[in-house]
Amino acid sequence: MKFIDEFRDADMAKAVLCQIHRQSKRHVRLMEFCGGHTVTIMKHGIRQLLPETIEMLSGPGCPVCVTANADLDKAIALARQPDVIITTFGDMLRVPGSRSSLQKTRADGADIRVVYSTIDALQIARENPAKAVIFIGIGFETTAPTIAASIMKAEEDGINNYYVLSLHKLCPPVIKALLDSGEVKLDGLICPGHVSTIIGSRPWEFAASDYGIACVVTGFEPLDVLQSVDMLVNQLEQGKPRVEIAYRRGVTTEGNLRAQELMNIVFEPSPASWRGMGSVPQSGLRLRKEYERFDAEQAFDIDPGPTLEHKGCICGDILRGVKTPPDCKLFRTSCTPEHPVGPCMVSSEGSCASYYHYGTV
Amino acid sequence: MCLAIPVQITSIEGSEAEVEFGGIAQKISVFLTPEAEVGDYVLLHTGYAIAVVDEEEAQETLRIFEEMERLAEA
Repeated sequence: MKFIDEFRDADMAKAVLCQIHRQSKRHVRLMEFCGGHTVTIMKHGIRQLLPETIEMLSGPGCPVCVTANADLDKAIALARQPDVIITTFGDMLRVPGSRSSLQKTRADGADIRVVYSTIDALQIARENPAKAVIFIGIGFETTAPTIAASIMKAEEDGINNYYVLSLHKLCPPVIKALLDSGEVKLDGLICPGHVSTIIGSRPWEFAASDYGIACVVTGFEPLDVLQSVDMLVNQLEQGKPRVEIAYRRGVTTEGNLRAQELMNIVFEPSPASWRGMGSVPQSGLRLRKEYERFDAEQAFDIDPGPTLEHKGCICGDILRGVKTPPDCKLFRTSCTPEHPVGPCMVSSEGSCASYYHYGTV
Repeated sequence: MCLAIPVQITSIEGSEAEVEFGGIAQKISVFLTPEAEVGDYVLLHTGYAIAVVDEEEAQETLRIFEEMERLAEA
């Protein structure tokens, strides 16, 4: 078993769909939080295969998309500092900030390198002791422990020229903020798979107990997503919303305790600014005092300038689930993957990019 | 961004492991999954294993789908 093809079997998918059609009676509105799930749903045409009783909405689960312009501007301002090498995941490169992007800043002469892992960023720091190497730390709970690990490794190996711009975000607090806003009425939530690999399924309990939302944690193959829809429909038809795990091969109730511990040693929760949602309490991670010498914001005196928003772009509304990409006037006209206006068109898992590549509109 | 793919560990040395990924050998970190052993499949995310894939649970999930298939045919 290689844990991929087995979960793409067409006959099994038909059987799960058959069961969903059989048991779905009442109209339900489900949100897939994660951009990775949006890609699976769009790529495999899952939305079109579901009964009309099931409405699917995309959520804010794309770290690149939710990074606020003010934070992008900080990354760009850091890149303009002398003797600095910026290391970043590739998705961030083309996201437009207020006035520029990392890609344009690189074209202007800044040393900005795409890395696959913080392991590569650390290696660049070792090889360039006279430069400050800054990693643009974006990502949810899935990624934050790997950044924490890199900071601990830098400390252990005495690497003094490695810094992190911590723009990490936490998922349960933003779901809470979304539910509290009352803007979107949800019945069920497809909870993020690999975020839950780290944090476990327990942090989603509040959504079921306090808000009556059915929750199923699942993986990213088409059968995983279909199974989660089946389990959500089953919970809602029974009128018993709770938290269940469909992705049992990769998620437990407790999560990865070691990863949680490392994250807690290096970071502490802080308010974070989300595109479309503004500041959400306790939804970000900042470096703890013991590790603040690795904090790029503390180490460099930068002036990112005033924040500007992109005219006509509705990424914020799309991330909150109140609008869909085809509702945007810029979609497929002035905003395309080649010339993106907003981040949801840049990231491969952004809603706009998913609709653009796989949508039928 | 939270993409993680199952890869099989072929060797481990300290917190570094080698995995086979699309026919290519690649070095990864098992710092976050000290319980990982040679032969295990792990979920690989940005160069780090974040979980050991539970094969028994995977088989159990597939059994649920097989059961649904039988029901659909009935």
